[in-house]
Amino acid sequence: MSRSWGRRAGVTVLAGAGIVVLFAGFFAPYDPSEQNRKFPYTPPMRVCFFEAGHFQFPPLVYSPGAGRDGGRTEEPPAIRLRFFERGTPYRIAGVIRWDRHLFEVGDPGKFFLLGTDALGRDQWSRLLYGGQVTLLAGVLGAGIALLLAVPLGAMAGYFGGWADALVMRMVELFLAMPWLYLLLATRAFLPLRVQPRVAFLLVVALTGVLGWARPARLIRGVAGSVRERDFVIAARSAGAGAGWILVRHIVPQTASVVLTQAALLIPQYMLAEVTLSFLGLGMSDPVPSWGNMLQAAQQYSVLMNDWWMLAPGVVMIPIFWSFAVLVDSGHEQVEFRHTWKSFARERLGS
Amino acid sequence: MRDLVRLARASWWVILLCTACLATDSEESMVSPGTVGRCGGRIVVAQRAEAKTLNPVTALDRPSREVIQRLQADLIHINRNTQRTEPALAKSWTISKDGKEYVIHLRRGIRFSDGQPFDADDVVFSFRAYLDEKLNSPQRDLLLIGGQPIAVEKIDATSIRVRLPQPYAAAERIFDGLAMLPRHLLEKQYADGQLGNAWPLSAPPDQLAGLGPFRLKKYVPGQALTLEKNPYYWKKDVKGQRLPYLDELTFIPVASEDAEALRFEAGDTDILNRMSAQNFAQLSKDAAKQNPSKETLRDVGPGLEYNFLLLNMNDDTAGRLPEIARKEAWFRQLEFRRAVSLAIDRAGIVRLVYEGRGAPLWSQVTPGNQLWRNASLPEPAQSTDEARELLKRAGFTWTRDGALTDVSGQVVEFTIITSSSNAQRTQIANIIQQDLSKLGMQVRVVPLEFRSFVQRVTQSHDYEAAIMGLATGDVDPNGDMNVWMSDGATHLWNLGEKKPATPWEAEMDGLMRQQLTTVDFKARKKMYDRVQQIVAEQLPVICLASPNILVGAKMQLQNFRPAILEHYTLHNIEELYWAPK
Repeated sequence: MSRSWGRRAGVTVLAGAGIVVLFAGFFAPYDPSEQNRKFPYTPPMRVCFFEAGHFQFPPLVYSPGAGRDGGRTEEPPAIRLRFFERGTPYRIAGVIRWDRHLFEVGDPGKFFLLGTDALGRDQWSRLLYGGQVTLLAGVLGAGIALLLAVPLGAMAGYFGGWADALVMRMVELFLAMPWLYLLLATRAFLPLRVQPRVAFLLVVALTGVLGWARPARLIRGVAGSVRERDFVIAARSAGAGAGWILVRHIVPQTASVVLTQAALLIPQYMLAEVTLSFLGLGMSDPVPSWGNMLQAAQQYSVLMNDWWMLAPGVVMIPIFWSFAVLVDSGHEQVEFRHTWKSFARERLGS
Repeated sequence: MRDLVRLARASWWVILLCTACLATDSEESMVSPGTVGRCGGRIVVAQRAEAKTLNPVTALDRPSREVIQRLQADLIHINRNTQRTEPALAKSWTISKDGKEYVIHLRRGIRFSDGQPFDADDVVFSFRAYLDEKLNSPQRDLLLIGGQPIAVEKIDATSIRVRLPQPYAAAERIFDGLAMLPRHLLEKQYADGQLGNAWPLSAPPDQLAGLGPFRLKKYVPGQALTLEKNPYYWKKDVKGQRLPYLDELTFIPVASEDAEALRFEAGDTDILNRMSAQNFAQLSKDAAKQNPSKETLRDVGPGLEYNFLLLNMNDDTAGRLPEIARKEAWFRQLEFRRAVSLAIDRAGIVRLVYEGRGAPLWSQVTPGNQLWRNASLPEPAQSTDEARELLKRAGFTWTRDGALTDVSGQVVEFTIITSSSNAQRTQIANIIQQDLSKLGMQVRVVPLEFRSFVQRVTQSHDYEAAIMGLATGDVDPNGDMNVWMSDGATHLWNLGEKKPATPWEAEMDGLMRQQLTTVDFKARKKMYDRVQQIVAEQLPVICLASPNILVGAKMQLQNFRPAILEHYTLHNIEELYWAPK
């Protein structure tokens, strides 16, 4: 009961985060790189539904006074929040152009739901756009790693012998590789003209390529055990070719392991992005990512005063928790059921 | 009988006292003008990295030099507060009429920290070591004038003659920071060719000696380097009390700037030598909550560091790096550089990056350099409209979606590189990126690991633009010769020019060379004013801003007089003392 509740909550969190991040342009009122130099480190703004004892809709917000370096000079004017208004144009998922935003205050007012950073950029907008980068890094990195791990692992497990030995030695080699230095070197050697997004994708792809070894070892284990099962032997004796058996019988049997691995790897790769950008080697400003946003939190003064700068770290907690719940439920599936169909029915049905 | 013994004892004491008085009388100590303090106590100071050596001849890194300056002394010293020279181990000096010969008179009767006397032989030995090509001392370059080394010879035990190959402006300033070495300890190692390896941190304290206010006591690797009071130090206060007041000075390594601020706030360290504006604001805020306040935080004003936008104008990229050579054609146009300069929000940089604790710059000399700044230079305010006008006049046009294109229709886009270890400069680059986007320029910012950043700027020239900062240790323009001379090693915008590429670079070369051999300050100032004007008008580098020097110390530490010259806070360590609680 409680397990299925957790699973449902996890799926909801992930789906919600995915939608908000995918449609960042709609949910974010501003362009993530737009600087409001009068408002550095502005704290999150209050949204008032009750004003002078009356319920207000649309709610009121108060335009910020000057940020940390200046005092509030006059009583800030109240502005009414507007919904579904036209504003800065954006592209949904990088394709469809649109200019409607979920909420807006219209010029010259400003509304910073989660405050601003050192250059006065809207932290909420940056959080959403940054999520695109970080989640993409997770999915892409894990995708590439599994795409390499599944065929290599399945073949090693199924064929055994020298193929197995070869793949396993490669696995050991990749596990021993000092990947951080490799990434540092890659970033330094990339031509400067490469767009930051492209450079970042290259780095993520490289981490993906480097990360195939661990899942491949697991998949090889599953493939190795399935190889001796009756239905595989039956297929082989009926004259089925190795390729057909691999695709039809072996790989489907590894599905639950692959899914569990995906749920494990995605947060790992998200964390890799955060770490790299935190160190200044991933996505570079002004394109936001959760890692480069958290870079500011290295500063003592930011940690002490500007708690909203930790927002990316805070949102990562439920997301990572959701992945952990999925991994757990994935393990249960492996324990009790062996077929992909029932796994999918249980997971997606209820 | 008993009386006789008493008398004998008393006379013995009188004799002893007299000899002591004679001994101190023959010592020509220097009187320090600071407030008279009281002896005792210790202070702890953090360093970003551990010192690597205690050898003044080979020390290159800042932490080592910081420690060595407390252990050693120089002949003529630059007073960090007045920015002018003053006597140190040299009591006085005279200059010949042609400006090529200095006769320096040393203080008599002063001793190294091991009690051995100091004389002209030590000075001659020290200069021999610094000038030795085999030792490759970083100070050697300072002692070459027009490529020729200076010559130092002994006249008698307390005077020396220094001959310069040519007249040299502010020649006295080259003696600052040149530690005078104890010949009795180092001569043998020098003869054996081992001087370069002498005095590592692990050296036993009794094998080290200097003329500075402190001497080595103990070194615990990775933890602390402790110095103790030099009992033979040659400075006294106005009451005749021998300095320094403090018994001990300890340096501890602390990994980051934030950790340094935290250790200071926690009371683990007594002095904070440099902090960011953000930490300054935070510590001020915390200090305001304390009652009474435990720390004093000082904003000493703009230092000598000037940060600038560097546009690559190296001419060795043609053919080798065609894409960069193509962009250099824009950078070489004065209108382009002026437009970029006009579009940059310098006030915004000072406000956002330095929290208002800095100064906007239009030329290389910061407001902190009171002696040399050309205050009459115009300081044009940010104006995107004027910048667009300039670009239009130079033949640039805009596409329908606002992108700037050059005469041949190519879109103006380039990359600014910064060092990923310097968050402030990356922030400056982000501000400039947004400012230039208003002119239709597409600018990318790429932070690079420090070494590959430096390699691109100084060696491969494979970059388009960069944010950098330079700071010399002294206010005098001679320290910047390398930057403004067209054949200088730090002539960053076009390194390795055979001859000046432009008439204004030729003029700068002439002025810099002329000021080097002009002894009259006013005449020199006029020349350097013109150099500043050329930098402001021709924009070989686009100067942006200079951060203030922000320091802190415990409230009870007296005679604390931070300066904008390094070492900001410990330069008068001998005068620092603890007020009674």
